Amino acid sequence: MAEPVFIPVNLITGFLGSGKTTLLQRLLGHPALADTAVLINEFGEVGLDHHLLERIDDTMVLLQSGCLCCTIRGELSAAIKDLHSKRGRGQVPRFRRLVVESTGLADPFPILSTVQADPVLRHHFRLGNVITTVDAVNGTAQLARQPECTKQVAVADRLVLTKTDLAQAEATDALIARLRRLNPSAPLSRAAEAPLDAEALLSHDLFATAGRSEAARRWFAAEVTPRDDEAVHDRNRHDETIHAFALGFDGPLDWTLFGLWLTMLLNRHGEKLLRVKGILNVAGSSAPVAVHGVQHLVHPPVHMAGWPDADRRSRLVFIVDGLDRRLIERSLQAFLRQDAGSGEQVLNQTALA
Amino acid sequence: MCALCGVLGGSGHWTDAAARPGVFTRNVDGLQRRRERAHRIACASRVLNYYGLTLSDWQASSYVLSTATGKTEIVDNLTHLWATAEKLLGRSCDPLDPDLIVRLETFGG
Repeated sequence: MAEPVFIPVNLITGFLGSGKTTLLQRLLGHPALADTAVLINEFGEVGLDHHLLERIDDTMVLLQSGCLCCTIRGELSAAIKDLHSKRGRGQVPRFRRLVVESTGLADPFPILSTVQADPVLRHHFRLGNVITTVDAVNGTAQLARQPECTKQVAVADRLVLTKTDLAQAEATDALIARLRRLNPSAPLSRAAEAPLDAEALLSHDLFATAGRSEAARRWFAAEVTPRDDEAVHDRNRHDETIHAFALGFDGPLDWTLFGLWLTMLLNRHGEKLLRVKGILNVAGSSAPVAVHGVQHLVHPPVHMAGWPDADRRSRLVFIVDGLDRRLIERSLQAFLRQDAGSGEQVLNQTALA
Repeated sequence: MCALCGVLGGSGHWTDAAARPGVFTRNVDGLQRRRERAHRIACASRVLNYYGLTLSDWQASSYVLSTATGKTEIVDNLTHLWATAEKLLGRSCDPLDPDLIVRLETFGG
Protein backbone atom coordinates (compact mmCIF):
# COMPACT_ATOMS: atom_id res chain seq x y z
CA MET A 1 0.00 0.00 0.00
CA ALA A 2 1.30 3.44 -0.86
CA GLU A 3 2.40 5.69 1.97
CA PRO A 4 -0.26 8.30 2.67
CA VAL A 5 0.59 11.80 1.50
CA PHE A 6 -0.07 14.44 4.10
CA ILE A 7 -0.55 18.03 3.01
CA PRO A 8 1.67 20.28 5.13
CA VAL A 9 -0.04 23.15 6.92
CA ASN A 10 2.08 26.21 7.64
CA LEU A 11 1.00 28.82 10.12
CA ILE A 12 2.07 32.42 9.66
CA THR A 13 1.68 34.30 12.89
CA GLY A 14 3.03 37.52 14.36
CA PHE A 15 1.71 40.48 16.27
CA LEU A 16 -0.63 43.09 14.72
CA GLY A 17 1.16 45.08 12.05
CA SER A 18 4.26 42.92 12.05
CA GLY A 19 4.07 42.21 8.33
CA LYS A 20 2.41 38.80 8.08
CA THR A 21 0.43 39.63 4.97
CA THR A 22 3.36 41.31 3.26
CA LEU A 23 5.44 38.22 3.96
CA LEU A 24 2.69 35.97 2.65
CA GLN A 25 2.39 38.07 -0.47
CA ARG A 26 6.12 37.76 -1.10
CA LEU A 27 6.18 34.03 -0.43
CA LEU A 28 3.24 33.31 -2.70
CA GLY A 29 5.00 35.08 -5.55
CA HIS A 30 7.63 32.33 -5.43
CA PRO A 31 7.14 29.79 -8.23
CA ALA A 32 7.83 26.84 -5.93
CA LEU A 33 4.77 27.76 -3.90
CA ALA A 34 2.38 28.20 -6.80
CA ASP A 35 0.26 25.26 -5.66
CA THR A 36 -0.36 26.64 -2.19
CA ALA A 37 -3.80 27.28 -0.77
CA VAL A 38 -4.22 30.10 1.70
CA LEU A 39 -6.62 30.55 4.57
CA ILE A 40 -6.73 33.97 6.09
CA ASN A 41 -8.69 35.27 9.00
CA GLU A 42 -11.07 38.19 8.86
CA PHE A 43 -10.72 40.36 11.88
CA GLY A 44 -13.36 43.00 12.51
CA GLU A 45 -15.71 44.57 10.02
CA VAL A 46 -13.28 45.19 7.20
CA GLY A 47 -11.36 42.31 5.71
CA LEU A 48 -8.25 44.42 5.56
CA ASP A 49 -5.88 41.53 5.16
CA HIS A 50 -7.98 40.30 2.30
CA HIS A 51 -7.73 43.58 0.42
CA LEU A 52 -3.99 43.72 0.92
CA LEU A 53 -3.46 40.30 -0.49
CA GLU A 54 -3.08 40.49 -4.20
CA ARG A 55 -2.68 36.90 -5.18
CA ILE A 56 -5.01 34.49 -3.54
CA ASP A 57 -6.50 32.57 -6.45
CA ASP A 58 -9.67 30.64 -5.85
CA THR A 59 -8.41 28.60 -2.97
CA MET A 60 -8.93 31.19 -0.27
CA VAL A 61 -11.68 30.88 2.26
CA LEU A 62 -12.39 33.80 4.52
CA LEU A 63 -13.06 32.99 8.13
CA GLN A 64 -15.82 35.30 9.26
CA SER A 65 -16.12 35.06 12.97
CA GLY A 66 -13.27 37.19 14.23
CA CYS A 67 -10.32 36.14 16.28
CA LEU A 68 -8.85 32.84 15.23
CA CYS A 69 -7.55 31.93 18.66
CA CYS A 70 -10.67 31.77 20.75
CA THR A 71 -13.79 31.55 18.68
CA ILE A 72 -13.38 29.57 15.55
CA ARG A 73 -11.45 26.45 16.11
CA GLY A 74 -14.46 24.62 14.79
CA GLU A 75 -14.70 27.00 11.91
CA LEU A 76 -11.04 26.59 11.06
CA SER A 77 -11.48 22.86 11.02
CA ALA A 78 -14.60 23.19 8.86
CA ALA A 79 -12.84 25.58 6.49
CA ILE A 80 -9.91 23.20 5.99
CA LYS A 81 -12.24 20.25 5.50
CA ASP A 82 -14.27 22.22 2.97
CA LEU A 83 -11.12 23.13 1.09
CA HIS A 84 -9.96 19.52 1.13
CA SER A 85 -13.32 18.34 -0.12
CA LYS A 86 -13.30 20.87 -2.98
CA ARG A 87 -9.77 19.77 -3.83
CA GLY A 88 -10.93 16.17 -4.03
CA ARG A 89 -13.85 17.09 -6.28
CA GLY A 90 -11.67 19.17 -8.56
CA GLN A 91 -13.39 22.45 -7.71
CA VAL A 92 -10.09 23.99 -6.66
CA PRO A 93 -6.62 23.12 -7.97
CA ARG A 94 -4.88 20.18 -6.27
CA PHE A 95 -2.90 22.29 -3.84
CA ARG A 96 0.05 20.63 -2.14
CA ARG A 97 0.46 23.02 0.75
CA LEU A 98 -1.86 25.05 2.94
CA VAL A 99 -0.87 28.30 4.63
CA VAL A 100 -2.99 29.68 7.46
CA GLU A 101 -2.47 33.29 8.40
CA SER A 102 -3.66 34.00 11.92
CA THR A 103 -4.66 37.33 13.39
CA GLY A 104 -2.03 39.21 15.33
CA LEU A 105 -3.86 38.61 18.59
CA ALA A 106 -4.11 34.85 18.23
CA ASP A 107 -2.45 32.35 20.48
CA PRO A 108 -1.03 29.95 17.89
CA PHE A 109 -1.56 26.83 19.97
CA PRO A 110 -5.27 26.15 19.30
CA ILE A 111 -4.65 26.45 15.57
CA LEU A 112 -1.87 23.87 15.70
CA SER A 113 -3.90 21.56 17.86
CA THR A 114 -6.87 21.81 15.48
CA VAL A 115 -4.76 20.45 12.64
CA GLN A 116 -3.08 17.77 14.70
CA ALA A 117 -5.97 16.58 16.82
CA ASP A 118 -9.03 16.85 14.59
CA PRO A 119 -10.07 13.25 13.81
CA VAL A 120 -10.54 13.97 10.11
CA LEU A 121 -7.81 16.51 9.46
CA ARG A 122 -5.03 14.48 11.02
CA HIS A 123 -5.43 11.82 8.36
CA HIS A 124 -4.95 14.29 5.52
CA PHE A 125 -2.82 17.11 6.86
CA ARG A 126 0.29 17.47 8.96
CA LEU A 127 1.82 20.48 10.64
CA GLY A 128 4.60 22.24 8.79
CA ASN A 129 6.74 25.11 9.98
CA VAL A 130 5.30 27.87 12.11
CA ILE A 131 6.61 31.20 10.83
CA THR A 132 6.48 34.18 13.16
CA THR A 133 7.02 37.74 11.98
CA VAL A 134 8.49 40.24 14.42
CA ASP A 135 8.45 43.96 13.76
CA ALA A 136 11.94 45.42 14.32
CA VAL A 137 10.51 48.84 15.19
CA ASN A 138 7.84 47.81 17.70
CA GLY A 139 8.90 44.27 18.54
CA THR A 140 10.69 45.05 21.80
CA ALA A 141 7.69 46.90 23.23
CA GLN A 142 5.26 44.24 22.03
CA LEU A 143 7.30 41.45 23.59
CA ALA A 144 7.35 43.30 26.89
CA ARG A 145 3.62 43.99 26.98
CA GLN A 146 1.82 41.31 25.02
CA PRO A 147 1.87 37.72 26.22
CA GLU A 148 0.54 36.53 22.83
CA CYS A 149 3.53 38.06 21.11
CA THR A 150 5.99 36.20 23.34
CA LYS A 151 4.15 32.95 22.78
CA GLN A 152 4.17 33.47 19.02
CA VAL A 153 7.96 33.85 19.13
CA ALA A 154 8.44 30.85 21.41
CA VAL A 155 6.53 28.41 19.21
CA ALA A 156 8.11 29.57 15.94
CA ASP A 157 10.10 27.23 13.71
CA ARG A 158 11.21 30.23 11.65
CA LEU A 159 11.49 33.85 12.75
CA VAL A 160 11.24 36.66 10.22
CA LEU A 161 12.37 40.08 11.36
CA THR A 162 10.54 42.77 9.38
CA LYS A 163 11.06 46.52 9.00
CA THR A 164 14.76 46.33 9.86
CA ASP A 165 15.29 49.10 7.31
CA LEU A 166 13.19 51.41 9.49
CA ALA A 167 14.74 50.53 12.86
CA GLN A 168 17.98 51.66 14.52
CA ALA A 169 20.73 49.06 14.22
CA GLU A 170 21.34 48.95 17.99
CA ALA A 171 17.64 48.47 18.70
CA THR A 172 17.53 45.66 16.16
CA ASP A 173 20.54 43.96 17.74
CA ALA A 174 18.95 44.18 21.20
CA LEU A 175 15.71 42.75 19.80
CA ILE A 176 17.56 39.86 18.16
CA ALA A 177 19.31 39.07 21.46
CA ARG A 178 15.90 39.00 23.14
CA LEU A 179 14.43 36.76 20.45
CA ARG A 180 17.37 34.40 20.85
CA ARG A 181 16.68 34.07 24.55
CA LEU A 182 13.03 33.25 23.89
CA ASN A 183 13.71 30.90 21.05
CA PRO A 184 17.34 29.95 20.53
CA SER A 185 16.89 27.40 17.78
CA ALA A 186 14.62 28.95 15.12
CA PRO A 187 16.57 30.29 12.12
CA LEU A 188 16.04 34.04 11.80
CA SER A 189 15.69 35.91 8.49
CA ARG A 190 15.56 39.62 7.85
CA ALA A 191 12.76 40.30 5.41
CA ALA A 192 13.77 43.80 4.42
CA GLU A 193 17.41 43.17 3.60
CA ALA A 194 17.63 39.94 1.70
CA PRO A 195 15.53 37.93 -0.72
CA LEU A 196 13.52 35.39 1.24
CA ASP A 197 14.18 31.73 0.71
CA ALA A 198 10.59 30.55 0.49
CA GLU A 199 11.60 26.88 0.44
CA ALA A 200 13.70 27.19 3.59
CA LEU A 201 10.91 29.05 5.38
CA LEU A 202 8.04 26.78 4.47
CA SER A 203 9.34 23.44 3.26
CA HIS A 204 12.41 22.50 5.25
CA ASP A 205 10.64 21.01 8.21
CA LEU A 206 11.34 17.94 10.25
CA PHE A 207 8.99 15.60 8.40
CA ALA A 208 10.01 16.69 4.96
CA THR A 209 13.71 16.31 5.68
CA ALA A 210 13.84 13.30 8.02
CA GLY A 211 15.30 11.15 5.28
CA ARG A 212 18.27 13.41 4.68
CA SER A 213 21.52 13.11 6.55
CA GLU A 214 21.85 16.82 7.26
CA ALA A 215 18.30 17.04 8.55
CA ALA A 216 18.98 16.39 12.19
CA ARG A 217 21.62 19.05 12.44
CA ARG A 218 19.68 21.64 10.51
CA TRP A 219 16.44 20.97 12.31
CA PHE A 220 18.03 21.07 15.69
CA ALA A 221 19.95 24.22 14.77
CA ALA A 222 23.29 24.01 16.46
CA GLU A 223 23.26 27.65 17.48
CA VAL A 224 21.76 26.85 20.89
CA THR A 225 23.95 28.81 23.20
CA PRO A 226 24.64 27.26 26.58
CA ARG A 227 23.79 29.08 29.76
CA ASP A 228 21.68 31.65 27.94
CA ASP A 229 19.13 31.55 30.68
CA GLU A 230 21.73 32.53 33.23
CA ALA A 231 21.62 36.12 32.00
CA VAL A 232 20.33 38.70 34.42
CA HIS A 233 16.57 38.98 34.05
CA ASP A 234 14.17 41.71 34.98
CA ARG A 235 11.38 39.55 36.36
CA ASN A 236 8.81 42.31 36.05
CA ARG A 237 8.75 42.01 32.32
CA HIS A 238 6.42 39.36 31.05
CA ASP A 239 8.80 37.97 28.46
CA GLU A 240 11.56 37.54 31.01
CA THR A 241 9.74 34.72 32.76
CA ILE A 242 10.03 32.88 29.45
CA HIS A 243 13.44 31.40 28.88
CA ALA A 244 15.10 28.64 26.95
CA PHE A 245 17.65 26.09 28.06
CA ALA A 246 19.28 22.99 26.68
CA LEU A 247 20.04 19.71 28.40
CA GLY A 248 22.42 17.09 27.04
CA PHE A 249 22.84 13.49 28.10
CA ASP A 250 25.41 10.85 27.36
CA GLY A 251 24.24 7.34 26.74
CA PRO A 252 20.98 5.96 25.40
CA LEU A 253 17.66 6.88 27.06
CA ASP A 254 14.78 4.55 27.78
CA TRP A 255 11.94 5.69 25.52
CA THR A 256 9.22 4.45 27.87
CA LEU A 257 10.62 6.34 30.84
CA PHE A 258 11.07 9.47 28.78
CA GLY A 259 7.47 9.24 27.50
CA LEU A 260 6.19 8.68 31.00
CA TRP A 261 8.03 11.74 32.27
CA LEU A 262 7.06 14.03 29.40
CA THR A 263 3.37 13.08 29.45
CA MET A 264 3.26 13.70 33.20
CA LEU A 265 5.03 17.04 32.83
CA LEU A 266 2.74 18.14 29.99
CA ASN A 267 -0.35 17.07 31.88
CA ARG A 268 0.54 19.34 34.78
CA HIS A 269 2.57 22.13 33.14
CA GLY A 270 1.70 21.96 29.43
CA GLU A 271 0.69 25.60 29.25
CA LYS A 272 4.02 26.68 30.67
CA LEU A 273 6.08 24.38 28.51
CA LEU A 274 5.93 26.45 25.36
CA ARG A 275 8.28 24.27 23.41
CA VAL A 276 10.26 21.10 23.76
CA LYS A 277 12.45 19.94 20.96
CA GLY A 278 15.12 17.32 20.92
CA ILE A 279 17.12 14.57 19.36
CA LEU A 280 17.24 11.46 21.49
CA ASN A 281 19.63 8.56 21.49
CA VAL A 282 17.06 5.89 22.31
CA ALA A 283 18.09 2.50 23.68
CA GLY A 284 17.44 -0.14 21.03
CA SER A 285 17.43 2.27 18.08
CA SER A 286 20.51 2.88 15.96
CA ALA A 287 19.25 6.17 14.51
CA PRO A 288 18.18 9.22 16.51
CA VAL A 289 14.55 9.95 17.30
CA ALA A 290 13.39 13.55 17.04
CA VAL A 291 10.73 14.76 19.45
CA HIS A 292 8.93 18.04 19.08
CA GLY A 293 6.18 19.45 21.23
CA VAL A 294 4.29 22.72 21.55
CA GLN A 295 2.50 23.02 24.87
CA HIS A 296 0.17 20.01 25.30
CA LEU A 297 0.67 18.93 21.74
CA VAL A 298 3.45 16.51 20.86
CA HIS A 299 4.13 15.76 17.22
CA PRO A 300 4.54 12.10 16.32
CA PRO A 301 8.22 11.34 16.96
CA VAL A 302 10.31 11.07 13.81
CA HIS A 303 12.92 8.39 13.25
CA MET A 304 15.75 10.22 11.58
CA ALA A 305 17.70 8.52 8.81
CA GLY A 306 20.92 8.66 10.78
CA TRP A 307 23.07 10.75 13.06
CA PRO A 308 24.33 13.91 11.39
CA ASP A 309 27.81 13.60 12.94
CA ALA A 310 29.83 11.62 15.46
CA ASP A 311 28.05 13.22 18.41
CA ARG A 312 25.71 10.61 19.93
CA ARG A 313 24.41 12.64 22.85
CA SER A 314 20.72 13.16 23.42
CA ARG A 315 19.93 16.84 23.29
CA LEU A 316 16.77 18.58 24.46
CA VAL A 317 15.83 22.23 24.25
CA PHE A 318 13.04 23.59 26.43
CA ILE A 319 11.32 26.95 26.18
CA VAL A 320 9.41 27.44 29.41
CA ASP A 321 7.32 30.13 31.05
CA GLY A 322 8.24 30.41 34.69
CA LEU A 323 9.29 26.79 35.25
CA ASP A 324 12.46 26.07 37.20
CA ARG A 325 15.19 24.65 34.99
CA ARG A 326 16.90 22.81 37.84
CA LEU A 327 13.70 21.07 38.92
CA ILE A 328 13.02 19.95 35.34
CA GLU A 329 16.55 18.60 35.04
CA ARG A 330 16.42 16.80 38.39
CA SER A 331 12.98 15.43 37.70
CA LEU A 332 13.98 14.02 34.30
CA GLN A 333 17.11 12.46 35.76
CA ALA A 334 15.16 10.92 38.64
CA PHE A 335 12.64 9.40 36.24
CA LEU A 336 15.29 8.02 33.90
CA ARG A 337 17.30 6.62 36.81
CA GLN A 338 14.53 4.23 37.72
CA ASP A 339 15.23 2.16 34.65
CA ALA A 340 15.12 -1.32 36.10
CA GLY A 341 16.08 -3.04 32.85
CA SER A 342 19.56 -1.60 32.51
CA GLY A 343 20.36 -0.94 36.14
CA GLU A 344 20.93 2.57 37.34
CA GLN A 345 21.21 4.87 34.41
CA VAL A 346 23.62 7.65 35.10
CA LEU A 347 23.11 10.65 32.94
CA ASN A 348 26.22 12.65 32.63
CA GLN A 349 25.52 16.27 32.00
CA THR A 350 27.58 17.41 29.08
CA ALA A 351 28.80 20.78 27.96
CA LEU A 352 25.34 21.59 26.65
CA ALA A 353 23.78 21.86 30.06
CA MET B 1 -13.21 -1.35 18.88
CA CYS B 2 -14.09 -3.79 21.63
CA ALA B 3 -17.56 -5.10 20.77
CA LEU B 4 -18.46 -5.72 24.41
CA CYS B 5 -17.64 -2.41 26.00
CA GLY B 6 -17.22 -0.03 23.09
CA VAL B 7 -13.65 1.01 23.87
CA LEU B 8 -12.02 2.50 20.81
CA GLY B 9 -8.47 1.39 20.16
CA GLY B 10 -5.66 2.66 18.01
CA SER B 11 -5.79 6.29 18.98
CA GLY B 12 -2.18 6.75 17.91
CA HIS B 13 -0.70 8.40 20.97
CA TRP B 14 2.78 9.84 20.36
CA THR B 15 4.42 7.55 22.92
CA ASP B 16 3.12 4.55 20.97
CA ALA B 17 4.99 5.48 17.81
CA ALA B 18 7.84 4.05 19.77
CA ALA B 19 11.54 4.02 19.35
CA ARG B 20 11.23 0.62 17.78
CA PRO B 21 8.82 1.13 14.87
CA GLY B 22 6.18 -1.53 14.58
CA VAL B 23 5.99 -2.37 18.24
CA PHE B 24 2.81 -0.44 18.77
CA THR B 25 1.82 0.83 15.40
CA ARG B 26 1.44 -2.33 13.36
CA ASN B 27 -0.02 -5.67 14.07
CA VAL B 28 3.29 -7.50 14.09
CA ASP B 29 5.46 -9.03 16.77
CA GLY B 30 2.80 -9.45 19.43
CA LEU B 31 5.29 -10.74 22.01
CA GLN B 32 7.44 -7.67 21.73
CA ARG B 33 4.35 -5.51 22.06
CA ARG B 34 3.32 -7.31 25.24
CA ARG B 35 6.85 -6.93 26.59
CA GLU B 36 6.76 -3.19 25.91
CA ARG B 37 3.43 -2.86 27.67
CA ALA B 38 4.71 -4.79 30.69
CA HIS B 39 7.76 -2.54 30.82
CA ARG B 40 5.60 0.56 30.56
CA ILE B 41 3.36 -0.63 33.39
CA ALA B 42 6.39 -1.44 35.58
CA CYS B 43 7.88 2.01 34.96
CA ALA B 44 4.60 3.83 35.55
CA SER B 45 3.90 1.81 38.69
CA ARG B 46 7.04 3.05 40.40
CA VAL B 47 5.75 6.60 40.06
CA LEU B 48 2.13 5.69 40.76
CA ASN B 49 3.13 3.88 43.99
CA TYR B 50 3.97 7.27 45.40
CA TYR B 51 0.30 8.17 45.04
CA GLY B 52 -1.00 4.78 46.20
CA LEU B 53 -2.26 3.88 42.73
CA THR B 54 -1.83 0.66 40.77
CA LEU B 55 -1.83 0.12 37.03
CA SER B 56 -2.46 -3.09 35.13
CA ASP B 57 -2.85 -4.19 31.54
CA TRP B 58 -6.27 -4.68 30.05
CA GLN B 59 -6.49 -6.91 26.97
CA ALA B 60 -3.26 -5.46 25.57
CA SER B 61 -5.26 -2.47 24.39
CA SER B 62 -5.91 -0.29 27.44
CA TYR B 63 -4.83 -0.01 31.05
CA VAL B 64 -6.72 -0.20 34.33
CA LEU B 65 -5.85 2.34 37.00
CA SER B 66 -7.04 1.72 40.57
CA THR B 67 -6.82 3.39 43.95
CA ALA B 68 -6.20 1.51 47.20
CA THR B 69 -9.93 1.71 47.94
CA GLY B 70 -10.87 0.17 44.64
CA LYS B 71 -11.92 3.15 42.56
CA THR B 72 -11.05 2.07 39.04
CA GLU B 73 -10.86 3.68 35.62
CA ILE B 74 -9.82 2.44 32.19
CA VAL B 75 -7.16 4.57 30.52
CA ASP B 76 -6.09 4.51 26.88
CA ASN B 77 -2.66 6.06 26.90
CA LEU B 78 -0.11 7.89 29.05
CA THR B 79 -1.66 11.33 28.64
CA HIS B 80 -5.01 9.94 29.68
CA LEU B 81 -3.26 8.16 32.59
CA TRP B 82 -2.16 11.33 34.39
CA ALA B 83 -5.45 13.16 33.91
CA THR B 84 -7.31 10.11 35.26
CA ALA B 85 -4.89 9.69 38.17
CA GLU B 86 -5.53 13.28 39.20
CA LYS B 87 -9.27 12.76 38.93
CA LEU B 88 -9.19 9.61 41.10
CA LEU B 89 -6.92 11.22 43.67
CA GLY B 90 -8.54 14.63 43.76
CA ARG B 91 -5.12 16.25 43.72
CA SER B 92 -2.40 17.02 41.23
CA CYS B 93 0.38 14.65 40.12
CA ASP B 94 3.35 16.90 39.53
CA PRO B 95 6.65 15.46 38.25
CA LEU B 96 8.36 18.61 39.58
CA ASP B 97 7.15 17.89 43.12
CA PRO B 98 10.41 17.86 45.16
CA ASP B 99 9.13 15.06 47.43
CA LEU B 100 8.42 12.80 44.46
CA ILE B 101 11.83 13.58 42.97
CA VAL B 102 13.59 12.78 46.25
CA ARG B 103 11.72 9.50 46.49
CA LEU B 104 12.66 8.48 42.95
CA GLU B 105 16.26 9.56 43.54
CA THR B 106 16.48 7.64 46.81
CA PHE B 107 14.54 4.49 46.16
CA GLY B 108 14.25 4.43 42.42
CA GLY B 109 10.49 4.79 42.98
